[in-house]
Amino acid sequence: MFRNRVIPFLLLRHDGFVKTRQFKDPTYLGDPVNIVRIFNDKEADELAIFDICASTEKKRPNFELLADIASECFMPLCYGGGIRSLDDIRILLSIGFEKVCLNTYAVENPEFVKQASGMFGSQSIVLSMDVKKSILGKYEIYTNGGRNKTGLDPVQYAQKMERFGAGEIVLCSIDRDGTMKGYDLQLIEQVASAVNIPVIAGGGARTVKDLGEAVSIGKASAAAAGSMFVFYGSNRAVLINMPSSKELDSVFREKG
Amino acid sequence: MTAVIDYGMGNLGSILNILKKIGHTAKLAKKGEDIAGADRLILPGVGAFDDAMKALKRLGYVDALEDKVVHGKTPILGICLGMQLFTRKSEEAKEEKGFGWFDADTVRFRFPQEARLKVPHMGWNYVNLHERTFAPQDQEERMRFYFVHSYHVVCHEKGAVMGTTSYGYDFASVIAKDSIVGVQFHPEKSHRYGMQFMRWFLEWDGYWDSREVRVTSDV
Repeated sequence: MFRNRVIPFLLLRHDGFVKTRQFKDPTYLGDPVNIVRIFNDKEADELAIFDICASTEKKRPNFELLADIASECFMPLCYGGGIRSLDDIRILLSIGFEKVCLNTYAVENPEFVKQASGMFGSQSIVLSMDVKKSILGKYEIYTNGGRNKTGLDPVQYAQKMERFGAGEIVLCSIDRDGTMKGYDLQLIEQVASAVNIPVIAGGGARTVKDLGEAVSIGKASAAAAGSMFVFYGSNRAVLINMPSSKELDSVFREKG
Repeated sequence: MTAVIDYGMGNLGSILNILKKIGHTAKLAKKGEDIAGADRLILPGVGAFDDAMKALKRLGYVDALEDKVVHGKTPILGICLGMQLFTRKSEEAKEEKGFGWFDADTVRFRFPQEARLKVPHMGWNYVNLHERTFAPQDQEERMRFYFVHSYHVVCHEKGAVMGTTSYGYDFASVIAKDSIVGVQFHPEKSHRYGMQFMRWFLEWDGYWDSREVRVTSDV
């Protein structure tokens, strides 16, 4: 009777939540505390919040705002963006986030993933990777919000990060982000089959069926989405919405 | 006053947040002697078994808890690793033993290869509750809770299993005996179900007679 998790991904840009398209053109959604309160009322399985400016602007996480958000949330919470020290992680865990997500800094300093999982446990350390497909069809990891090429292969990097103690992997397709064209199931399947830790699929979901396919075809453990949960209709009007528990039950085959 | 035990291993912010949300004030204990005056205790726990037991010893909690719980029958709630610490031992631990308050052990999830189930068990799952407990009698909707764990409790005292959850097989997700309750899930991260559970614990009379309970499942 175990249902795979469905996780809204929320992007923090300065003081507001935004939604991007292929990591560009942020559309303003609203005040973070209000939006999180709505997802809390709708009983989302889990929330992940990413500060998309922190790494590029070399800023530390906005702990004050994050503490306000956590005090409104009675579901698991993950935060990513600008984390560069064990002390940052300690603060985030103490204010009510149970998971932290490492991306740019994990590429710069992979040993940090080892230190962090050794100190706080693998269940708290999530590794996120943003992946773009080249014209020749080769997948490559980008950092700094999709700006910097790394030359890293997603499958090899995922396996290395698993060995270094990451407890989960967030896998985002830059090409599909905000497009609502469905997940890159090939990419998800490649990574999910190569590791034993849960993979959270991100980038491209439009329908409940897409969420189900990330798990059934992509072999992901959880399905994430942004646009699907914050926009309504073809004009992308901002409306926070979540599929009902019943709808989700219908697309996830029961396991366990 | 309820004391939340701080030993450097818990998600204390989340626990305090939910207590505040349901209108309950609690204080944070920093060392063993701080729990002397408490009339209810919460032992959170995120992390590894050995590290947790070492920290509890170092901060003088072990004797203080034995005194309060075993002799004083003070109600205590163990969450996740907190629950596992109530058992005799864990497969996760290389050096330390548990409190041994239950005839129970903590073991790792083991599945046949073909089950394709990931460890940790992470996400929302149902708890099948014994009838005399925190689920309202008339509730049609089943209670769901958030879990994240690689190890689970095997309880040999059948009457002490208050609830079970299925992940590959059924395991004890709620155990209770005398004034002690342990839950494998995270009520502080389980929306209204978690709030309902926390209210139950805070109002509970503090006595669970495991001998009276008929055997409902085989875990």
